[in-house]
Amino acid sequence: MLTEIEKPKPMRQIFGEHLVKLSKTNPEMVVLDADVSCSTQTCLFGKAFPDRFINCGIAEANMVSVAAGIAAAGLRPVISSFAYLLATRALDQIRSQIAYNSLPVIIAGGYAGLSDFADGGSHQSIEDLAIFSSMPNMTVICPGDANEVELALEMAMRHEGPVYIRLSRAETPRLASEQPFEIGKAITYKHGEDIALLSTGQMLPRVLEAAELLSKAEIKAEVLHLHTVKPIDEQAVLGVARKCKAVVTCEENSVKGGLGSIVASLLSQKQPTDMRMIGISDAFGQSGSYDDLLEHYGLSPSHITMVVKKMLSQELRRQTGLQARNVM
Amino acid sequence: MKKRNKNLAFSANKLRLDVLEMAYKAGSGHLGGSFSCAEILTCLYRSFLQVKPEQPDWPERDRFILSKGHAAPILYAMLSTLGFFSKDDLMTLRKFGSHLQGHPDMRKTPGIDLSSGSLGMGLSTGIGMAWTARQIKQNWRVFVLAGDGELDEGQNWEAAMLAAKLNLPNLILIVDCNGVQLDGTTDDIMPLGNLEEKFQAFGWRSEIVDGHDCAALSSGIEVGLEHNGPFVLLARTVKGKGVAFMEGNHEWHGKALSEEEYLIAKRMLEQIC
Repeated sequence: MLTEIEKPKPMRQIFGEHLVKLSKTNPEMVVLDADVSCSTQTCLFGKAFPDRFINCGIAEANMVSVAAGIAAAGLRPVISSFAYLLATRALDQIRSQIAYNSLPVIIAGGYAGLSDFADGGSHQSIEDLAIFSSMPNMTVICPGDANEVELALEMAMRHEGPVYIRLSRAETPRLASEQPFEIGKAITYKHGEDIALLSTGQMLPRVLEAAELLSKAEIKAEVLHLHTVKPIDEQAVLGVARKCKAVVTCEENSVKGGLGSIVASLLSQKQPTDMRMIGISDAFGQSGSYDDLLEHYGLSPSHITMVVKKMLSQELRRQTGLQARNVM
Repeated sequence: MKKRNKNLAFSANKLRLDVLEMAYKAGSGHLGGSFSCAEILTCLYRSFLQVKPEQPDWPERDRFILSKGHAAPILYAMLSTLGFFSKDDLMTLRKFGSHLQGHPDMRKTPGIDLSSGSLGMGLSTGIGMAWTARQIKQNWRVFVLAGDGELDEGQNWEAAMLAAKLNLPNLILIVDCNGVQLDGTTDDIMPLGNLEEKFQAFGWRSEIVDGHDCAALSSGIEVGLEHNGPFVLLARTVKGKGVAFMEGNHEWHGKALSEEEYLIAKRMLEQIC
């Protein structure tokens, strides 16, 4: 059941406000941004603690390497910029300095997925999950609601290595969850046995809505939320695959190399399972309203519902066909 | 003082001999760029860097970043000479299972403050370390050694702007200006122009010295330590210094030695010692 315990707020605002809150209990925390602090909301921290904040200007590569030095010298930097810039412009620095040395840097990729909708494909980040998930020593977290943004930050501050936190520009609800947030541990939001819906990041509320729509059609969906894409919670994924016999992954990222690919790689080796991947199919984004884009790229609750229904009817036809052949 | 500088020059050349041996045994390794910075490293470690070989992670140590990570062999030779690890380890350079990787690795080798290899990042990271020292009220200083070729990387100039903005007095950049990069001379591949004026235009104080003269290097570093802001020492050097057939020749950036070349080079370096 989708229980909102607070009205939706922009994820970036939740992030910015929580940085300020955490600073009091984490004196070693410092924040760096690359001239987008008013967008990512790290400006809130910058205003509250100007001596613990460096605005590095429009120079992401330099910002990442400066953070590597800060982390190597004992403080805990949070670096913030747009997700696509961190994943592509500053990739060498993140790979060669932060990941290679496993330095405790929090990499906060803002405006991820299609959430920077009006700015167009140049600004929309659809490759960052694949890029960071391929990196040894890197942990990748995609929070799905306000609680997860805050808890991901708190956990990442205590984590020994680097953590990439993928953040949306869009509004996100605060959902009730019965399970604790732990890096690498999936959260079950809904139990069902007809189909397993696997969500990550800002897809969570849409997947929960799709599960509601499916229940009206007498289809019981299990909703497993994988806020941590790397390391993936193998036991939880294998468990729902065994239980439901069919799996649909949902991500606001390219299907190439993201959650779908990671789940497919796991299942194909350990628990071959019929699956579909919902995500952006090997195409760059474009300008439009957020809803238009989600509809166009097949990320809306109604599209998820359609994919599931089609998948299950195909499965039914296959089973019926098998029975018919057996009778003959 | 003269005697001290003579001793430093002698030590620097000893490092070259170690590096020659290491690269010959390894069958690869960067000789040219190691030889050009022998005096710079010797001068830094013997006269300036406050470090404790018996406690490599001593929190109050000065930090050293070899931004031109391909000169790892000479840094390893220096660290083993100081006692950070056994001299026997040097002959395991680039071998499977060795802590002496082809490029410096802070997680494997005692005394390495930062892994490097991908060029153009060391200055930025030095800024992060120097800023942190100021932030946590520590007196340690950060020395970054970059190559002139790697100044092609635009990130250095992003860093140069930030260092001026933060006005860090505890950061010293030394550029090993050997004038040669992998594919040819810096003039042919990517002309650097007037580096002294370039850094000044970015808000830095810059000085030029003979990078093979230990006395000149020492006074240059002293000037930098006195300066209350970002400082760069442009050390004019010769790539492959000490071995006639390597000097100024870009082919010796990372070429393997034949037995004959090894023996000739060894003789030449021994004559200097």
